[in-house]
Amino acid sequence: MATKLLLEHINVPGIETYDVYRSKGGYRAVEKALKTMSPDDVMEEVKKSGLRGRGGAGFPTGMKWSFLDRKSSNPRYLVCNADESEPGTFKDRYLMEKNPHILIEGLILSSYSLGSNSTYIYIRGEYKWIVGILEKAIAEAKNAGFLGKNILGSGFNLEIYVNNGAGAYICGEETALIESLEGKRGNPRIKPPFPAISGLYNCPTVVNNVETLATVTPIINMGGDEYAKLGIGKSTGTKLISACGHINRPGVYEIDLGLPVDEFLNSDEYCGGIRKGHELKAVIAGGSSVPILPAELFMKNAAGEARLMSYESLSDGGFATGTMLGSGGFIAMDETTCIVHNTWTLARFYHHESCGQCSPCREGTGWMEKVLHRLEFGHGHMHDIDLLVEIAGKIEGNTICPLGDAAAWPVAAAIRHFRDEFEYHVTHASKVKDSRKAHLPNYKTATV
Amino acid sequence: MSQLFKITIDGETTEVAPGTTILNAARQIGGSLVPPAMCYYSKLKGSGGKCRTCLVEVSQGSEKDPRPMPKLVASCSTPIMDGMVVKNLTSPKVLEARKGVVEFLLINHPLDCPVCDQAGECHLQDLSYEHGAARSRYEEERRKFDRIDIGDKIQLHMTRCILCYRCVFTADQITDKRVHGIMFRGDKAEISTYIENVIDNDFSGNVIDVCPVGALTDKTFRFKSRVWFVKPMEAHRDCPKCSGKTVAWLSGDEVYRITGRKDKYGELEEWICNDCRFEHKKISDWVIDGPRAIERHSVISLNKYEKGIKVETPKKIGYGNTR
Amino acid sequence: MEQTQHQFQFSEKSLKKVQEMKTRYPEGKQKSALLPVLHMAQDEFGGWLSAPLMDYVASLLDITPIEVYEVASFYSMYNLKPVGKCMFEFCQTGPCCLNGVEELIEYTEGKLGIKVNQTTADGKYTIKAVECMGSCGSAPMAQIGTYYYENLTKEKIDKIIEVFGQPDFDPFKKYSI
Ligand SMILES: Cc1cc2nc3c(=O)[nH]c(=O)nc-3n(C[C@H](O)[C@H](O)[C@H](O)COP(=O)(O)O)c2cc1C
Ligand code: SF4
Ligand code: SF4
Ligand code: FES
Ligand code: FES
Repeated sequence: MATKLLLEHINVPGIETYDVYRSKGGYRAVEKALKTMSPDDVMEEVKKSGLRGRGGAGFPTGMKWSFLDRKSSNPRYLVCNADESEPGTFKDRYLMEKNPHILIEGLILSSYSLGSNSTYIYIRGEYKWIVGILEKAIAEAKNAGFLGKNILGSGFNLEIYVNNGAGAYICGEETALIESLEGKRGNPRIKPPFPAISGLYNCPTVVNNVETLATVTPIINMGGDEYAKLGIGKSTGTKLISACGHINRPGVYEIDLGLPVDEFLNSDEYCGGIRKGHELKAVIAGGSSVPILPAELFMKNAAGEARLMSYESLSDGGFATGTMLGSGGFIAMDETTCIVHNTWTLARFYHHESCGQCSPCREGTGWMEKVLHRLEFGHGHMHDIDLLVEIAGKIEGNTICPLGDAAAWPVAAAIRHFRDEFEYHVTHASKVKDSRKAHLPNYKTATV
Repeated sequence: MSQLFKITIDGETTEVAPGTTILNAARQIGGSLVPPAMCYYSKLKGSGGKCRTCLVEVSQGSEKDPRPMPKLVASCSTPIMDGMVVKNLTSPKVLEARKGVVEFLLINHPLDCPVCDQAGECHLQDLSYEHGAARSRYEEERRKFDRIDIGDKIQLHMTRCILCYRCVFTADQITDKRVHGIMFRGDKAEISTYIENVIDNDFSGNVIDVCPVGALTDKTFRFKSRVWFVKPMEAHRDCPKCSGKTVAWLSGDEVYRITGRKDKYGELEEWICNDCRFEHKKISDWVIDGPRAIERHSVISLNKYEKGIKVETPKKIGYGNTR
Repeated sequence: MEQTQHQFQFSEKSLKKVQEMKTRYPEGKQKSALLPVLHMAQDEFGGWLSAPLMDYVASLLDITPIEVYEVASFYSMYNLKPVGKCMFEFCQTGPCCLNGVEELIEYTEGKLGIKVNQTTADGKYTIKAVECMGSCGSAPMAQIGTYYYENLTKEKIDKIIEVFGQPDFDPFKKYSI
């Protein structure tokens, strides 16, 4: 039976209100921590849990917290990354809309452990209505004495504020997010220094994803050791997966890490299989930045073993035959999907979202989009395909922030696994032109 | 005093103060192993990290932790560690990546070197000459911008801009009010005042000297001559606002233009005021100290430029649209 | 007629909100409120940010106008030109394309007689194509005003065009379509 930690009470009517949340055991973790545990004890539990960042990179959360400069005389900050903009990813939105208090509780616990007295939630600008949901939950928690001054007599003070972005994927990158929170353009910072030493207002700062911070609540309730028993190997615990594309049941699911991909894709508890009469062609398993895999390589690794939904199993085989769990944005595509078209729309996304600070990403993303656009509409040449691989290779690893890599990987992977489709667009250019006529878009890039 | 750190770059070893960046350590050694820098400017706080031309390979992180760094790093913004070993020209990976960066910088750069005021002293031209590929593979349309007017002293050609941010840092740090900045984002980012606004301020002219390309040029530059016909002379005057130490570009007795004095990395030794730069165009305004040696490793000093431009520049320096 | 900064004055309520927002950040870091205050300005003064309106925001936060222009032009949600009260912001990223958003955009363009990035002559409708909105499981979708309208069909588009064209349409309200 699947474990539900974050979504346990998701269908209880009124769970978004303080009273109902509290009646289901809410804020017990805060009581436990503030009355019986030291800030370091809380961090110890997080370390023991083996929790890894749910924003995409999968970095161990406890270790990240231990890097925070606690000797500095400056205030320390916790910032919650609710920028969620990676195509295919909509889990944080679901959690915040449906169960905001579990996030607020996790924020109180984490702020206590890290010593943050002002904690900011940076939420993407488009989630306008969720700002209200979060602010209401914050007001309720404050009313109940879980926020404000001297919480539960512990001497710990905390305010949580919600700050909205305004349409920029790059602000999910933690240093761009910090810049944006300071009221600036979302240009990622040049590292070092890292935020743990000098982040928000040049003070020591930890940035964590919504799901990561919400998960601290069950970890404190059940204990880090218990949490670590869930999942598989170094992929401990549960993970929210947002599933979309050509499946019968798109939505957000909480899975035990290590669930077989076959079960996730085909069981009625989760995706419910590919839509009727069609078959799986390819999968982007962890948000648009991770390499696309053809169905066979997604279901089984190169050695023929069934894959699992875990950090390790999905990345088995490296980029040659594997992919990544990433943010948990699961995109399934059936045989009707044109990989060239899909790759072009993703390239357009990264082109649109590049901050423009460093030359390889600023120039390379636009170049790739233009070449893919030509290929997609039947104006490409054979040499364009290798050119794309080269451009991607020249961006990857040479940029200020990982957006460059994120833009390069999907293009390189699509050509790696589906080169024949790109070639088809060249060899059957007139056929492609005809079929695309209706879709020759004037909405190539969306700018103001 | 704290201890010095040992660092080896392309086989040459030196000792530098902790906190020094790889690029500055390389500049202390000097010579051809110094990575090219298009955005870093030692006199501007916060500059660097953006153009990526200064990428180097760190083949040994430090004495204590000898592991190599997994990715190439920007030498202008990476501090050295004791016992670090760095490869610049000796790393094929670096040369390959730099060639890529140069290609990226050129794909949207106009092909107007023959009419550009900066020709002959343009860092991008030098860079492409030394590190570029033979021909461009860019077949798409080049980026265009609406022309904007930023006053009667400074000319902005946005299409030539490589977004190094130097002029923005200059306006922030040297002048008392910044009215221009970077608008929009990605490859639509541009230098602009957004509304019609004049960049005019006692020290605003310095943005011309920090600009590595011909995006910001001197509108008062008389006769618009190619720079290699005029002779750079060190000159000075008594100026109440700045040191008054400049370079006067002369042809016979005519002052074509005034700039600051640049060191061998193309950086100004001192900021000069607009009065000196724009308002003193008579030879009698200046005391001429003698010829200014061009130290910068550039196409003019290598004497390649004049030869190149007439016959084969576009192909040879690599931005010709060969189609 | 040319606008000036002095033409703009937030309502009492909004001014209080701005004051409160400034206290959320440490002393001297009031610039942190810039993004939220720009949203408020755009919402209160007709859906777009003119230069004088941005100058007004600069004066409220004690920063220079250029700092505001740089920021406003960076983020895609700020409109630097007037837009219709009913602005379709269709997500055009991969997952939405898998579910037919392109056809729907074309349908909407056809119905309104405008293209993406254009506004109808009566100033009522604008169409934009934007990038992933975190609604990939309910594609195709469009944001109109504050809310998302998901699992869109041609029929739903017809209804939206009809209802949101009425004079009493309020973009900050959720409509069930
Ligand atoms: C271009 C880019 C976009 C990102 N977007 C997000 C995002 O929307 N949400 C998020 O939580 N992390 C995002 N990240 C990852 C963050 O930089 C950071 O690693 C994360 O917030 C750390 O939290 P975690 O350790 O809890 O995952 C992004 C990274 C990059 C490079
Ligand atoms: S990689 Fe792209 S998004 Fe990241 S800093 Fe460079 S230009 Fe900006
Ligand atoms: S105008 Fe010149 S100095 Fe300013 S950003 Fe562009 S290239 Fe750099
Ligand atoms: S000089 Fe180092 S990145 Fe530009
Ligand atoms: S791709 Fe359209 S909402 Fe995510």
